[in-house]
Amino acid sequence: MQKVNRLKPFFENIAFEREDNHMILNFGPQHPSSHGQLRLILELDGEKVSKATPDIGYLHRGMEKMAENMIYNEFLPTTDRMDYIAASSNNYGFALAVEKLIGLEVPRRAKVIRMLLLELNRITSHLFWLATHALDVGAMTIFLYTFREREYALDLIEDYCGARLTHSSVRIGGVPLDLPKGWLENLNRYINRLPHDIADYEALLDENRIWKMRLEGVGVVTPEQAQSWGCSGPMLRGSGIAWDIRKEEPYELYDEVEFDVPVSTTCDSYGRYKLHMEEMKQSIRILKQLIPMYEETSPEIMAHAPQYISAPKEQIMTQNYALMQHFVLVTQGMRPPVGEVYVATESPKGELGFYINSQGDPYPYRLKLRTPSFFHTAFLQELLVGEYLADVVAIIGNANIVFGEIDR
Amino acid sequence: MMRVYSDKKNVQKKAYYNDRYFVAPEIPKEAVESDEVFAKDLAMMQKKFSIQEAYIQRGQLVIYIEPKENVALLRYLKEELSYNFLSEHSAIDWLAKSGEFEIFYQLLSTSKRKRLRVKCFIQEKETLQSVSSIYKSADWAEREMYDMFGVIISGHPYMKRLLMPDDWYDHPLRKTYPLQGDEVAQWYEIDKIFGKEYREVIGPEERDSARVDVNDTYRFAHLHHEVPFGAEPSSEKTHTDYQEEGGVFIVKKLKKEDAKIVKERP
Repeated sequence: MQKVNRLKPFFENIAFEREDNHMILNFGPQHPSSHGQLRLILELDGEKVSKATPDIGYLHRGMEKMAENMIYNEFLPTTDRMDYIAASSNNYGFALAVEKLIGLEVPRRAKVIRMLLLELNRITSHLFWLATHALDVGAMTIFLYTFREREYALDLIEDYCGARLTHSSVRIGGVPLDLPKGWLENLNRYINRLPHDIADYEALLDENRIWKMRLEGVGVVTPEQAQSWGCSGPMLRGSGIAWDIRKEEPYELYDEVEFDVPVSTTCDSYGRYKLHMEEMKQSIRILKQLIPMYEETSPEIMAHAPQYISAPKEQIMTQNYALMQHFVLVTQGMRPPVGEVYVATESPKGELGFYINSQGDPYPYRLKLRTPSFFHTAFLQELLVGEYLADVVAIIGNANIVFGEIDR
Repeated sequence: MMRVYSDKKNVQKKAYYNDRYFVAPEIPKEAVESDEVFAKDLAMMQKKFSIQEAYIQRGQLVIYIEPKENVALLRYLKEELSYNFLSEHSAIDWLAKSGEFEIFYQLLSTSKRKRLRVKCFIQEKETLQSVSSIYKSADWAEREMYDMFGVIISGHPYMKRLLMPDDWYDHPLRKTYPLQGDEVAQWYEIDKIFGKEYREVIGPEERDSARVDVNDTYRFAHLHHEVPFGAEPSSEKTHTDYQEEGGVFIVKKLKKEDAKIVKERP
């Protein structure tokens, strides 16, 4: 029995403890493959996991509490820090929820720009997923390739909003800026090139013996499990349920563009890998359709609702009343109507939902962030049981969890 | 002098200015009959359960139920009415107003493409039955709710704090809990690692990460007034050439005073 003192309480040091034939192993929170600050307490029977207890909270920043103490516009940059791999999708989810709350319609050009950003974010997120997942499994090359392509997408996002990681590229009521000159040409060049790169990854991985051995039949998620544990996104579609919020409950202009919802019926990690690759191709398809749509729109990018949204900068600088309204909206904040909304969007990782309860104050009375990774991490306690220790890393990597949105 | 009155029951930020005549509008609540699917579902539910209130808001059905019926109703919703997902489940703190928590279950039916919110009120100390046997996604949602609000759940397989440490005092998302944390939160690490008696020795945490204390010679060096680590700060200018005593082999001794600044490259 170890010596227990204040610095070393006994529950902190359960690593490599042996009880009869079982070994209790502490995995994380500082582990290169724990994708952030995940701590897993694994009970091993030989090489097999007989019990897994995920432990989270190491990155908890209390975003829901912060939201209750911030005006709506103030909270938007905080959402960047949830799923920081695809920050715009969080910004968008929050902006859409507030727009639903106040009943606002966004100009068409803003919708197109938002969709461009969302799909670019999906591509960067999936590329990042592939890179880290492959690295965890042992394929270093892929990491270097995908990070190169991700860099180009980040350059595009940087050209638009000036940031690469924490974009804050969406505003409540629209988008802050129009696309810069030459942006669409750059995007076009990028999406013309990307399919070839994806073909390269597939050439490296699809029939790769090691890759297949590590992924096939590993981390099988049955449709019943996926539904019961509240899985969403690729985790859900990876178990044969065709549910994509973009398709089923279309927001923005997703009902005007053509795209397919890829589904994998093998339910294993390899199927989900194929699914991610197919989703990237579908994103490229959507982006291609958006470019001509952008040209046809009129130049407004922010909704006109003086009660909630500040007027454009030119008006603020020239018209007294617009300036007064802007002053009130910045200092006091908008006051949405009394009521509640739950708005779900399809983020790259799954169903990202914002529940807002407003009491007519400038601060939300309650804001609940429903993040896909939270439920996927909860699922680990059932998913990992019966798997080999070496596959734990593969499954965690495959589940595409990001700790910014688990702990919030 | 009198202290400024502050509401201890809700210490969250409040609007500093309220227009006396401003009445916040409400999001319209539509009748359930306006949607066929919801009307049918509600009629089915009303046969078996007592539904206190039902309306549609922003396209989603909201129903209020008795907290005791939550398990039976959710099981019915899942098995008979095919609401196969529990997307989200949490609480709202109304303790200051009525001493209650408002619990909501956000459900989704993929076959009907409908979202439904089941809500109920429970008293602060009342126990809520766990629904994690029906929807596994409630497992962590309930743990988080207990952690954040202190809602007591019974029948949960592993009820334990999720995000905060096990020995954390109070529940952070309650309206009575300040944003910066309470006193226990402020001294949590020091109390735990060193003991309460060390609070004075170590002192409060510096929340301003940009603050530089010129008198602190442990953590900061005062440029051109450098003193040994932890020594008293001095106002005297220090003069160092940063050369070893006697000069380094090959590098000749460099003296700052002897250095010349030339106008042109020689």
